[in-house]
Amino acid sequence: MLYNEPSPLETKVLTRRFGLPNSASIDTYLANDGYKAFEKALHMPWKDIIEEIKISNLRGRGGAGFPTGMKWSFVPRDSPKPKYIVVNGDESEPGTCKDRILIENDPHQLIEGVLIAALAVNAHAGYIYIRGEYRYLIDIVDKAIAEAYDRGYLGKNLRGTDFHFDCYTQTGAGAYEVGEESALLESLEGKRGIPRIRPPFPAVAGAFQCPTVLNNVETFCATPAIIRDGGAAFAALGTPKNGGTRLFCLSGHVNKPGVYELPMGFPLMRMINEVGGGVRGGKKLKAVIPGGSSCPVLKAEECDVLMDYDSLAKAKSMLGSGGVVIMDEDTCMVKALLRIMRFYAHESCGWCIPCREGTAWLRKLLTRFHEGLGTTRDINLIGDLAKNMLGRTFCPLGDAAAMPTISIVEKFREEFEAHVNRECPYERKLVAA
Amino acid sequence: MTFSPQLEAKFAKLLTSYPPGRQRSAMVPMLLFAQDEVGAITQEVIEEIGRRLNVFPLQVEEVLSYYSMLHRKPLGKSHVQICTNISCLLTGGAELWEHACRKLGIGHKEVTADGSVSLEEVECIGACSWAPAMQVNYDFHHKVTFEKLDQILEDCGKSNAL
Repeated sequence: MLYNEPSPLETKVLTRRFGLPNSASIDTYLANDGYKAFEKALHMPWKDIIEEIKISNLRGRGGAGFPTGMKWSFVPRDSPKPKYIVVNGDESEPGTCKDRILIENDPHQLIEGVLIAALAVNAHAGYIYIRGEYRYLIDIVDKAIAEAYDRGYLGKNLRGTDFHFDCYTQTGAGAYEVGEESALLESLEGKRGIPRIRPPFPAVAGAFQCPTVLNNVETFCATPAIIRDGGAAFAALGTPKNGGTRLFCLSGHVNKPGVYELPMGFPLMRMINEVGGGVRGGKKLKAVIPGGSSCPVLKAEECDVLMDYDSLAKAKSMLGSGGVVIMDEDTCMVKALLRIMRFYAHESCGWCIPCREGTAWLRKLLTRFHEGLGTTRDINLIGDLAKNMLGRTFCPLGDAAAMPTISIVEKFREEFEAHVNRECPYERKLVAA
Repeated sequence: MTFSPQLEAKFAKLLTSYPPGRQRSAMVPMLLFAQDEVGAITQEVIEEIGRRLNVFPLQVEEVLSYYSMLHRKPLGKSHVQICTNISCLLTGGAELWEHACRKLGIGHKEVTADGSVSLEEVECIGACSWAPAMQVNYDFHHKVTFEKLDQILEDCGKSNAL
């Protein structure tokens, strides 16, 4: 099901089957180029599959943006151990809701992506891990997997070759931290979702201590189009080193919030004004979180930026998971940061101290601030605390909490000052309006 | 302890999904599916799952205490989960949360006296572009308004009275 109207500005590659009748069924999939890339890949040397992915400039869609072809090439293919494919569908980054509709509308595209990765690294089993809140998606994927077994796209002797592959779903049960790859593997092994010390990386010792390809749902979903139409065609859609399209989730104070598939490098202001129909209620733009709540925020005047990994890195932010959160002039940045920090304090797994103590301390400080009990000294303390977390934790959750904090305190310091010893100035404005 | 034949079939299939000796991998799905049927992770469920996966009950507790969707005490028949994270906050999620608390007379992770409805303020549920959003048990509700919320809460009461 589609939850928002598509935009005419979209470039539909991963979402091209969305909106077709029974788009999740294997019949619709097969009638619209489904499993053609897998059939092609079955007769390609494995090196060529990885080469095509490298040429496509596909980068990890979970947030880190690591080149996918390179990640796959790290798997020791000749290792005597079995290899595994694991799909990260623990989508929980605030502002992000793309994997959900990719799975809901086109589960076979995901399965085909898993099969292509399996051919590239010689794997024979795969797990599709989906967050517990998305229970209905487990049923959709289970049904798709059953259809694929039925039609000979999963199981033994696939398409008359000696290649065999089994695919399973696995549910989570509520944990943001499990979206971190090594924590996800712990969860898959029936444990608390606490990150592992790396190296070794999952490519060498992942699921069940065996070589593993672990990617985000959207990353796998991009690979059938790459193999079918060639890596160069996919790369050409985006900007240099940022191949293809990606699903951007527009949310917050925008007229037409929704998930839109746009080429990499699409200008942020056009995304807000032309795709999203502008800021709600004709208000002025104040700030944008460009890629999920862990990213440093951009002030309105910094939003003249292209939405790809490298352009956003240059603007000292991140493309992250594609969750674009738009905030208008009436937004209280202290309140926004407090809510973000409550989230990270709740989700910190507690394993390493800078994150466990830092997020809780920041939450307390920001609560005090928002209640009008903050002092000028606290403003510096908030910034210093966050800077001391940065880069000092086992997994990126500590950084994810620190980065928006540092950027909001630096860019909106006057709002913190306006909160010192008084109630929130924005709450009053909202009431008055 | 035995579960329904449907759940037993699900468990049997799960246990064949992993490499030999790695059956513990079924722990999180088994706990969630058992909770859906029993209503909570009771001591009996902990011991049974421990037995089936060949781990100590303490190891089961260690896992279940980590995941926010797993709970030892029963929730209401309709578990109302309202998101107030950033995208929902910007579109009125916090006001919806307060409205629901007032209307039901309960707070975070509390159950109404008759056991029909429970409330939870949840973190991002992946419906940001269709915010404000909420879930009743596993069902999503998008672009929730005060009127919609009132209707949803009313329907929770009705379906539980049947």
